[in-house]
Amino acid sequence: MQREKNYTEINMASCSRAQVISLYRMLMKESNKFTSYNYRTYTLRRVKDGFRENLHVDNPKTLDNLINQDRENLAVIKRQVSIGHLYSAQRNVVEKEPHL
Amino acid sequence: MSPKALKGINRPNNLSCFTTVFRSEAGCSERTRCISSGLWALWSLVTVRADHLPSSPCTPSTALLSPRLDELRPLYMDFQATTPMDPRVLDAMLPYQVNYYGNPHSRTHAYGWESETAMEKARKQVADLIGADPRETVFTSGATESQQYCVARFYKAKKTHIITTQTEHKCVLDSCRILEAEGFEVTYLPVKNNGLIDLKQLQETIRPDTSLVSIMTVNNEIGVKQPIKEIGHLCRSKNVFFHTDAAQAVGKIPINVNDWKVDLMSISGHKISGPKGVGALYVRRRPRVRIEPLQNGGGQERGLRSGTVPTPLVVGLGAACEIAQQELEYDHKCVTVLANRLVQKIVSEIPDVVKNGDPDQRYPGKIRLSNCLFFLKWESLLMALKDVALSSGSACTSASLEPSYVLRAIGADEDLAHSSIRFGIGRFTTEEDVDYTVEKCIQQVKRLREMSPLWEMVQEGIDLKSIKWTQH
Repeated sequence: MQREKNYTEINMASCSRAQVISLYRMLMKESNKFTSYNYRTYTLRRVKDGFRENLHVDNPKTLDNLINQDRENLAVIKRQVSIGHLYSAQRNVVEKEPHL
Repeated sequence: MSPKALKGINRPNNLSCFTTVFRSEAGCSERTRCISSGLWALWSLVTVRADHLPSSPCTPSTALLSPRLDELRPLYMDFQATTPMDPRVLDAMLPYQVNYYGNPHSRTHAYGWESETAMEKARKQVADLIGADPRETVFTSGATESQQYCVARFYKAKKTHIITTQTEHKCVLDSCRILEAEGFEVTYLPVKNNGLIDLKQLQETIRPDTSLVSIMTVNNEIGVKQPIKEIGHLCRSKNVFFHTDAAQAVGKIPINVNDWKVDLMSISGHKISGPKGVGALYVRRRPRVRIEPLQNGGGQERGLRSGTVPTPLVVGLGAACEIAQQELEYDHKCVTVLANRLVQKIVSEIPDVVKNGDPDQRYPGKIRLSNCLFFLKWESLLMALKDVALSSGSACTSASLEPSYVLRAIGADEDLAHSSIRFGIGRFTTEEDVDYTVEKCIQQVKRLREMSPLWEMVQEGIDLKSIKWTQH
């Protein structure tokens, strides 16, 4: 019983960690698809700083809330990226190469 | 100008407008028109109109402004004028533009109920940002409309004195001018050299018949933050209504209307990455502030502002306020770092640059530098920096050639006032933007100063103020 409980706990912990890492990767991948220079640079920076800020959060409830919020943010980013592609404009002077 | 360069310019008299800019005999109003035409002409010379655009999903619908896809857009460094809309705000607004299109005041069907729920949620979001009650918030079409309600006829029979400052936004100053014509007495308080008002002077100016004091929280031109808490307490002790224009301050510094004892506050949507065309007005309920409605009709918004509340816009405003509240600390930290970087880099490379406004009591993202170009006006630098979107004053006064009245009010010399540039840094500015701006700015100022004979004279040690210029 104890061993099963430990096994479930370890599983949950590693599942959460894997979840968080995959969520981070997906957020960065989607943010990179923004055609607008302003939105792309802001989202990449914000996601990176946001995850760094919450690196040491232990409370599972807070963690769940943050993960759900990030899932919603991911959906928002995906939608806004499509809209950006529909209404794209020229590159900014600061951008070095054509983006996508 | 070669014929090739002129090809594609579709605005009449472009060349004549350009040459008129440099003709000194032109009259003032003609020069104003010509300066803006000149700037437009320069921009249109850079972007040649292409008749054959490669197929793209969407191009701007205006025929005059259809540049080619390989043309580069200038860098945006004018965050005081307006801000790009946050993608989260657009995402919140879109459902109400597409499917949930009901009128929030319709009481009989689900379309009305869902719009009303969204409107009330937005009201709560706006109220939470300023520490108010949702019943105290009224949605308007922007900060200018909110100010029309505030700078108005309070208790006209008994109290006819209004106090404001010389550095207020034009809408407040214009409203005060109209009230003066109606018989009110308005005192325009002067500001100190650092842009802050003198509290003792304010205390002495308040009279028994003063009805309103109107002072903006953060100035849009020099970025100075007024001591609103002290002013609020002073006004409450003297039983005078206090209005503050917080359009530039909301979402950037923490605001609490109860701590600050503010009675009326104007909020603008497009200054906090929200949609344009919407704003809010905070009207205190305890003690009650009675204002007159300017727009009469069906009694919406507590009878103060009748008319259908635009659900998508207020949902956008609410979302922008909620995001601003969450991101306040993070944005403030980023903006401070970038602002310090910009100022330090410019000041280290270019001598004789003056930063206007108080160094401590300010919002860091609004920087105004007088480049001391010695009679080389801001138009020259702005035209030279065509890759960067900058301005020299507020957008509503940008058409005029006169230097900003705010700089005059803080006591800047004529030459400093004429050669001043305003940099705006916001949520979306990056380090690369700041570095690029600084590099171009330094390059152009050095180039323009080399061409300037007055700069040579200054280098030789001649005091320009002692020169007697002959009249032709």
